[in-house]
Amino acid sequence: MSDEQHKRDYLDVTGGWLHKLRDWIDVRFPMTKFWNEQVAQYYAPKNFNFWYFFGSIALLILVNQIVTGIFLAMNYKPAADAAFASVEYIMRDVNWGWLIRYMHSVGASLFFIVVYLHMFRGVMYGSYKKPRELLWIFGMLIYLALMAEAFMGYLLPWGQMSYWGANVIISLFGAIPGIGNGLEQWIRGDFYISDITLNRFFALHVVAVPLVLMGLVVFHLVALHEVGSNNPDGVEIKKHKGPDGIPLDGIPFHPYYTIKDVCGVILFVAIFAAIIFFSPGLHGLFLEPANFEPANALKTPPDIHPLWYFGSYYAILRSIPNKGLGALVLLLSIVILFVLPWIDRNPVKSMRYRGPLYRMLLMLFALTFVVLGYIGMQPATAWWAEIGQRISELYFLFFVISWIYSKPRSTIFMVSGFAAVMLIISGLDAISWVTGAAALKMYSWLIPLVYCLIFLLLPAFFPKLIEPKPVPERVTFK
Amino acid sequence: MSEEIDTSKRHFLTVATVVVGSVGVVMAAVPFVSSMEPSARAKSLGGPVDIDISKIEPGGMIKAKWRGKPAWVVQRPQAALNELPKNDALLRDPHSDELQQPSYAKNEWRAIKPELFVVIGICTHLGCSPLYVPQPGDPSVGPSWPGGFFCPCHGSKYDLAGRVFKNVPAPLNLPVPLHFYVNDKVIRIGENPKGSSSKYTEPLVW
Repeated sequence: MSDEQHKRDYLDVTGGWLHKLRDWIDVRFPMTKFWNEQVAQYYAPKNFNFWYFFGSIALLILVNQIVTGIFLAMNYKPAADAAFASVEYIMRDVNWGWLIRYMHSVGASLFFIVVYLHMFRGVMYGSYKKPRELLWIFGMLIYLALMAEAFMGYLLPWGQMSYWGANVIISLFGAIPGIGNGLEQWIRGDFYISDITLNRFFALHVVAVPLVLMGLVVFHLVALHEVGSNNPDGVEIKKHKGPDGIPLDGIPFHPYYTIKDVCGVILFVAIFAAIIFFSPGLHGLFLEPANFEPANALKTPPDIHPLWYFGSYYAILRSIPNKGLGALVLLLSIVILFVLPWIDRNPVKSMRYRGPLYRMLLMLFALTFVVLGYIGMQPATAWWAEIGQRISELYFLFFVISWIYSKPRSTIFMVSGFAAVMLIISGLDAISWVTGAAALKMYSWLIPLVYCLIFLLLPAFFPKLIEPKPVPERVTFK
Repeated sequence: MSEEIDTSKRHFLTVATVVVGSVGVVMAAVPFVSSMEPSARAKSLGGPVDIDISKIEPGGMIKAKWRGKPAWVVQRPQAALNELPKNDALLRDPHSDELQQPSYAKNEWRAIKPELFVVIGICTHLGCSPLYVPQPGDPSVGPSWPGGFFCPCHGSKYDLAGRVFKNVPAPLNLPVPLHFYVNDKVIRIGENPKGSSSKYTEPLVW
């Protein structure tokens, strides 16, 4: 007896009226059809692992942000002379206000952690490769909308860090030649970040961006269900279907993965609650101490930086001693993620079958992103700027090397690739040469050198290190 | 009547509809985009302000607010003024060629009166407000520091005339606003001196 038949009989026996109600609706609205197509008969690969929790958790956090956001908006006042006090009012006088606000502020940080893990999963298993390029791009657009949402939300408490952080980010638009000044003024609606700016950021934060975000999530899911989920082996389960047309390695999303995801959610909620109740500011990482002081247009806090989730991009921006170029490279560091499907053209999707060096490259890329995030939180000293510059170079080198690893390359190609990369890096050093800091520059030059020795020169002579292993026909279990 | 479809007519009508519709959408967007420009009230609040400088001490600084930005008046002792030309070789724009000041402040001191420096305290990099660190060799900046303004956000450095040093992220000198002396004790910020021919209204970056 098929599952479907079983369910129908079950409904018939337990309650004919429910069955009738369902049929009544189905004639007028494709309820059962939608449920089956998207959930109960959506076949997902059966070898999903731990990394596949984060999509559903991200969706849960989105719901959390919307619900807590609605209740915060009931008590928050988007006015320069009232915003800071209204947040204090929520924290002190509104019943459970503190909990709702911490759920929102901690939720924002966890949103980024979960999204970063979700993205890393996609990179590890090649989930952005054909036919999932658009799925990846919708995901990147969600990430971009999320950044805009977080940035504008951070201005709302109207603390010192809100104010000056927003100042820095809006000033980035000022780097655009010709229209910079006017564009900045248009964004702020004033000559400075004022009541007017706060008011419009509130409107964008609670209405415009959430709508865009939800639309994009729908697109992301529609694209996913059209092409089907990738999996840790990076094999297409649709290639091997049974006589009933169902992929042999697929299992219905519901109930198998709904139940699995509930386990992930329980674990996640436990961590979420622990942070909310024991350390909602997470030692200044989720809520910065400087933001407990009201915004002051005349005084910049001694050390300003954005919240941790923008730290990596901020480190890249800061490492370049030129405003226009810094803004451009910052933009590039995000845009390059969009085109990843066209950079890494290796037909083997999963890192499991891509040779040890590619695996190492990937792990180092993740480490690079984390280290950049740490550097973004450090004070603006020459030492950190220099190290930031080197690690930024590694960030971009990941994409260069991914492209080089796309297909088998000759020894000559690899050696000249190594020479070209080192020449460019040394050339950049020569341009930004400062006599006083020469020693630091020379020592830190070893960082990209060692990196290129390992990832470009080594495989030139030992091509086995990046040679893909045979990919299995069917999914495997580890 | 003929059953045949005149495809060229259909094509023309389709294109015409799309074009007219697009023009409508663009024109409908104008009021919305324009509503985000500074409002009449915001513009009037951005008018000139007067600063009383009668109580400023040598080496001291007065901070006022103009258009929500810190407007500083710094009293520079003669000794500090004498040191200014020595920085020239280390600066990006030692002669203030970039339009970051009105013509009447385009001189060695970037000021109308050399000892009184009027400047907007906003770093031309990313809009932080720099610190006033007049002491040469101040340990918070470094032993080679000649005295000036230091931005703690991203490490940009300016000398006591607000001129930016090389190899820092800030691209331009600190902006000097329109200003003039109403009398010996009052400076008005946001307005040119009477009869000034300066066409400068705002700096390239601030």
